[in-house]
Amino acid sequence: MEEYFQLILNGILLGGLYAAVGVGLSMMFGIVKQVNLAHGDLMILASYLCMVLITHLKFLNLWTAVILVVPIMFAVGFLLQKYIMNRVQGMGMEPPLIVAFGLSIIIQNGLMLIFSPDSQSLETPLAIMSLRVTDMFYIPAIYVIDFLTGIALIIFLHLFFKYSYLGWAIRAASDDENTAQLMGIDTRNIYAWAMGIAISSAAVSGILIGATKNFYPHTGPQYLIIAFGVTIIGGVGSMAGTLLGGLVLGLAQLLGGKIFGPGYQLLSGYIILLALLAVRPQGLLSKAGRAD
Amino acid sequence: MSNETILNIDNIKVYYGDLLAVRDISLSIKRGQIVSIIGANGAGKSTILKTISGLLSPRGGTIKFLGEDITGHKPFKTVAKGISMVPEGRHIFPRLTVRENLLIGAYTPKARHQSEKACKKIFSLFPILEERADQLGTNLSGGEQQMLAIGRALMSDPQLILFDEISLGLSPLIIKDIYQKIKDINNEGITVLLVEQDIKRSLKASEWTYVLQEGRVVLQGKPDSLTEVQIRKAYFGA
Repeated sequence: MEEYFQLILNGILLGGLYAAVGVGLSMMFGIVKQVNLAHGDLMILASYLCMVLITHLKFLNLWTAVILVVPIMFAVGFLLQKYIMNRVQGMGMEPPLIVAFGLSIIIQNGLMLIFSPDSQSLETPLAIMSLRVTDMFYIPAIYVIDFLTGIALIIFLHLFFKYSYLGWAIRAASDDENTAQLMGIDTRNIYAWAMGIAISSAAVSGILIGATKNFYPHTGPQYLIIAFGVTIIGGVGSMAGTLLGGLVLGLAQLLGGKIFGPGYQLLSGYIILLALLAVRPQGLLSKAGRAD
Repeated sequence: MSNETILNIDNIKVYYGDLLAVRDISLSIKRGQIVSIIGANGAGKSTILKTISGLLSPRGGTIKFLGEDITGHKPFKTVAKGISMVPEGRHIFPRLTVRENLLIGAYTPKARHQSEKACKKIFSLFPILEERADQLGTNLSGGEQQMLAIGRALMSDPQLILFDEISLGLSPLIIKDIYQKIKDINNEGITVLLVEQDIKRSLKASEWTYVLQEGRVVLQGKPDSLTEVQIRKAYFGA
């Protein structure tokens, strides 16, 4: 019994991290209608950036480095959208997809060239700390940090879309670009802001991943697939759905691994994903049905 | 009422792809006027409004607003200058509530810090919107959506407001009500340019009218000075 309790707790904690991984993709997919295939690679780029900063600027530790990494990645996202993606925006679904795919290849190979294919991790004293739940049962402190950061990120984005002018403008632009312009919104600039925010969230999750697990130049696509899973299970563009999607995927992976054997962890997650697609293709909490 | 020209359009040509929709049209509007543009389907009425607001760019000619050249400006710039548009078909943002739809109308930096005050003003003009403030815009009836679209356009505190086919799909009673509101809005000093299929209604509401045919102005004048025969001829040719 306690064994399952432990698994479920770990699954929930992992789910919070997965939600953070997925939220940026979900936001760009649902709101700007753009599928960012480089989402996972931009995450890992942030992990490497964080590693470089910590190594070269000795006064920084993992948590203070976040203050530098997130704004830098915001700028990367903003400029990427403004000067590259916006050129193909409005030309249909495929051109942005192909541009992002190309970017993904460039990031992976660029990282490999600079850092070699070796495994890396972000070192933090937290990685070896754990919290006692019962005498027999400890959970790694970093899992708790992952979970809490993921939740905080999603709450922040939810409030941002609900209560800020920029949030309304992003939603309005995605609903109806021409009319949004008539309101005084420079929609091209708004998409750049949206991408900047999405990539900032990717940066946060990239740092969490780096502090929790090992990463390589080619780790990105692995997290892209998790982000897709989270987005599709929860419902595209819904913040609460992203959180739920993360929890479902995290629990399905750990419980599936327990029941069918460790080799089936990833598979169990995707079986749940396929089952949900069959039953509720719009996602658990999608707003798509309400839009019209 | 002053004689200051608020909008001056000089010889604009507008194309949709290769199709010439507006040929060398000139028109001018004085501050405080209600001006209407009428004409058959495809005569270029809506095209003119879209060109003024910046949704379309002319390939020739100039548009001046308060003496400043705004030809080819993007819509988000013309809104900041004081031109607001109520688009044909209302175009309420479906995933935003009524209140959010209004507040987004005050997106420009100048309008934004007065948005709460502006919102109260719209609620007193259209009390039904206050009752529905927290519902999604798409849950409103057609007439209420039109009020919301007008309210939203007023939020930016415009000097000139463009109405594109506002009576389309609404019942006569609601149309009458909405035209009364246009009069109220105009009485507050906002200049109005409206495009309308409903000839009688727009002639009655306006002080000056332009009749368009195939992208040209074929007749203009004070509505009561134009005879039915003249208008019919302008409308259908021959």
